[in-house]
Amino acid sequence: MFDQALEGVKVLDLTQYIAGPFCTKLMADYGADVIKVERPDGGDPARHLGPFHQDDAHHEKSGIFLQLNTNKRSVTLNLKVTSGRFILHELVKEADILVENYAPGMMDSWGLGFDALAEINPRLVMTSITNFGQTGPYRDYKASELVLFGMGGEMHSIGMEGREPLKQGGNVAQYEAGAAAATAAMGALWAADRDGEGQHLDISIFETQLGGVDRRHAALMAYAYSGRISVQQAGWLGAAFASGTLPCADGYIEMAGGGHLFPRVIKMLGNPEFLQDPKWLEPGAGADPDLNEEFNEFFIPWLMERTKREVWEEGQKARVLCGPLYSMSDLLDDPQFVGRGFWPKLEHAHTGPVSYPGAPTRMAETPRQMRRPAPELGQHIEEVYGHLGYSRDDLTRLRERGVI
Amino acid sequence: MTPQSNGKTAKSTRLPLEGIRVLDFCVVWAGPFATQLLADLGAEVIKVENIHHWQPMTRGFQARPLKETLPDLPPMLGGYPDSDPGPRPWNRCPGFNNLFRNKKSITLDLRQPKGREILERLVKECDIFYENNVTETMEKLDISYDFLKSIRPDIIMMRVPAYGSVGPYRNYRALGVHLESVIGHSLIRGYRDSDPSTNSAIYMGDYAAGVQGAFTVLAALHYRKRTGKGQLIELAQAENAVNFLSEAVMDYTLNGRVQGTLGNRNMFGSAPCGAFPSKGDNNWISITVSNDAEWQGLCEAMGNPDWCKDERYSDQYARWKNADQLEEELSRWTVKYDKYEAFHLLQSHGIPSGPVMHAGDAHSDPHLKERDFFNRITHTEAGTHDYPGFIFNMSRTPPVVRNAPCRMGEHNEYVYKEILKLSDEEYAQLEAEGHIGMDFDPEIP
Repeated sequence: MFDQALEGVKVLDLTQYIAGPFCTKLMADYGADVIKVERPDGGDPARHLGPFHQDDAHHEKSGIFLQLNTNKRSVTLNLKVTSGRFILHELVKEADILVENYAPGMMDSWGLGFDALAEINPRLVMTSITNFGQTGPYRDYKASELVLFGMGGEMHSIGMEGREPLKQGGNVAQYEAGAAAATAAMGALWAADRDGEGQHLDISIFETQLGGVDRRHAALMAYAYSGRISVQQAGWLGAAFASGTLPCADGYIEMAGGGHLFPRVIKMLGNPEFLQDPKWLEPGAGADPDLNEEFNEFFIPWLMERTKREVWEEGQKARVLCGPLYSMSDLLDDPQFVGRGFWPKLEHAHTGPVSYPGAPTRMAETPRQMRRPAPELGQHIEEVYGHLGYSRDDLTRLRERGVI
Repeated sequence: MTPQSNGKTAKSTRLPLEGIRVLDFCVVWAGPFATQLLADLGAEVIKVENIHHWQPMTRGFQARPLKETLPDLPPMLGGYPDSDPGPRPWNRCPGFNNLFRNKKSITLDLRQPKGREILERLVKECDIFYENNVTETMEKLDISYDFLKSIRPDIIMMRVPAYGSVGPYRNYRALGVHLESVIGHSLIRGYRDSDPSTNSAIYMGDYAAGVQGAFTVLAALHYRKRTGKGQLIELAQAENAVNFLSEAVMDYTLNGRVQGTLGNRNMFGSAPCGAFPSKGDNNWISITVSNDAEWQGLCEAMGNPDWCKDERYSDQYARWKNADQLEEELSRWTVKYDKYEAFHLLQSHGIPSGPVMHAGDAHSDPHLKERDFFNRITHTEAGTHDYPGFIFNMSRTPPVVRNAPCRMGEHNEYVYKEILKLSDEEYAQLEAEGHIGMDFDPEIP
C-alpha cells in the first residue's frame, strides 16, 4: 500500500533557483521520487545564495537550497556534452514528469526539447517554467523577482501615494509560480495516465502573476469593466475607522474594522457610550475627518495600553478581522504553530538539526513526510546511475571526462 | 453556453479533470482561486450559494451598493461595468467575477431541513468538497468529514481555515493581510525608511492557499485512483503561506537573525535594485543588477556617463555598499525615459528590468496580446470584456473558457434537474420554499 499521495511518481528535476525547485519540492514532499539533475560545476546556483548557516557561504549550507530541496535525490550531469544527454535520455524513459526552468530555447539547443523527449517517452509531462513564457516578444528578456512582480503583480498600487511602488517580501512571486506549475503538472499527469499521452506545459511567471488572485485579477477586471486604475493607498480599504496597520504598545496590529464591520469594533472596545450614536454607522462616516479625529482620540490610547497580542485576542473575541505584525522570532514562539507541531526539525550533515517550515497542507491519510534533508551535490550518483546499469568504473570514467 | 474566448475554443481533447465534480463552499479569494484552477483543468465545479445569506467579500463588498458610493470604493470593489451596480450587482463585481469562470452556481438554503436533504444528494454526486470558512461555520452547518464520508465513502474534503481547525486560534478570523502579518510578511516588506503603516494591504496568502490547495487535491485524487480512498485535508492558510517566506524563516532558524524590510532590494546583494521614476506621472521602471556583466550593460545603455566610473561602483560589493547614491544617480537617468522605452533599451543590453505595469498597461501589452493571454468573454449581465487568462498553458489539453463567470443561481435547472434528477414539480417546490432563485433577499443591503 502507499504511505504517501505521490508515492511511485517519478520526477526528473532540471530546475534551479526558486520557482522550479519549489515546484518539485511539493512533489517530493508528498511522496514523489524526485531526481535533481545538477550541473557538475557547482550545482544549482541556489546553493550559492544566502542566508547561509552561520553565514558560512558553503554550497551545502544555503538556507534557501536546504528548504527548497528536501526529499530529493541529487545527481550531477553535464547536459552540454553528448554522453550527458545520452544519460538524460535514459532517465527520461522512466520519468512521469520532467520540470525545467532554463531560458527558453536552451533545452532545444541541447536536443532535449519536448518533441525529442516525447519520442523517447510519449507519456512524459514536460513542465517548463520561465520568466515570460516560451513565445512572444519578451521571451528572451531577463527578469528578477522585483521585475516580475512589478510587471505581472499589482505592485503599482502598493505603498504611499507619490512614492515608489513597493514589492512584496522575499521571492514570493517565484514561489507562487512554482506552486502553479506543480498544480498544472499534476493535472497533466492525471490526463497522461488516462490517455497514455503526455504534453508540454509552458508556465510564464509573468502570467502566473497576472492571472493570480492577489488583487491582480481584480485590478485587471476593474479596468476592463470601468476603466478605473487602482492607486496606492495605505491601509486596508482607504478611509475607514479602525483599519490598516495601527500602532499598539509593543508594535503594530493589522485591522479591518470599518464599514459594515465597525459594530464588531464597538463591541471590542466594550460598547463605550460615545459610540452608541447612530452617526458612527452612517454610510461614509469613516471618511469624515472630524469623526476620525473623535474616534482616534479614544482608540489610539486604547491600542497603546495593550500589546499586539492583547489587541488580537480582544479583537477576535468580538470577531474583528485583525492580526499582529509578528517578527520571525514572534512567529517561531507562537503557541498555535508550536502546538500544532509546525516546525519540524530536520538533521542535515552540514547544519545539524534545524527547524523548517512545516507541511503546507495536512493530508489525513497520506501526511507529508520528511524522508531526507536536501541532498549534498551529487550525493545519489551511485544509487541513481547504478540503477541504470553503470558500474563504479563507468562512473569513474564519466567523472574524469566531466560528464558527471 | 458556447465557449467564448479569443478563438480558444475547445478542442476535441478531453480536459484533464473531465468527469471530476467539485462541491464548492468557498468564500472571498483563497478558496475560489483553488476551485478556479480545478475548473480550468476541466473539473465540474458547483458553487453553492444561499439567496438569504450575504457572504461579505465573495460577490462584492455589499449586495446592493449605491451607484453614488462606487467612486469611494477602490476600483476592485467599486469598478462595476460602466460604473453602475446594475439590477444584480453580485453578478458584476470586478473583485470577484473572474474567479467564477468555468464554474456553475446553484442556490440552496442549508438552514432549512430540505436543504440538508438536497446537500446529501449533491454530496453523493461529488468527488471533492472544498470550503474555506471559519472553522465553526461548517460545525454550525453540521458538515463534517464523517458526515460527507457516510454519504460518499471516497470523498476528498478540503478545509482551508485561517490558522487550522485545532489550536487556540481555530476560530480566529482573518483576511489574507491579517494572517500575513502573523507569519511575518508585513514586517519584511515596506519602505526601509518608514513605519509599516505607510504600506498597503496585500493578499499573497490567498494566492498561496489557492494554488497549494488545488495541488493537494490533485495529489489526493492520484492517491484515490490507486487505493480507492478519499481523505480529509486541512490547509491552514497561515501555515501554508509560511512556506513562501522560506528565506526569512531559515535565516532565523539557521542564524537567529530577524530580518527587517529590504524595500525593493533583495537579500542577494543586487545593486542597483529598485523601482525608479520614469517620464510622466507615477511611472516607474524596475531594475535589478546582480553582477559585473549586467553593470557594464547598464553603463553602456546609459552611454557610459562619468559617474559610472566612480570607485564607489567598481564592483558588485562596492555597488551594494553605496547603493543609495548609485540609485540616486540612476534615477536622474531613468526619469528622462518612458518606462517602455527604457525597458526595451535596457533589455537590449541584457539587464533585468521592466515597467511597473498598471492594469491598463497590462491590457494593452504586446507580449500578452501575442500570447493571447486575455479571454474575451460575453457575460449576460456584465457585457463583453477582456478577462485575465489562465496561469498555465498546456499543449495537448489547453484550458478554455467553457462558460462565462457563473451568475448566482444560473445553473439551478441543470444541477437540480440533470444531476439530481428532480422533477419539475419538485423543482417548483424548492423554488417556492426559497431555495432556488437568482436574487438575494430584498432586505439584504
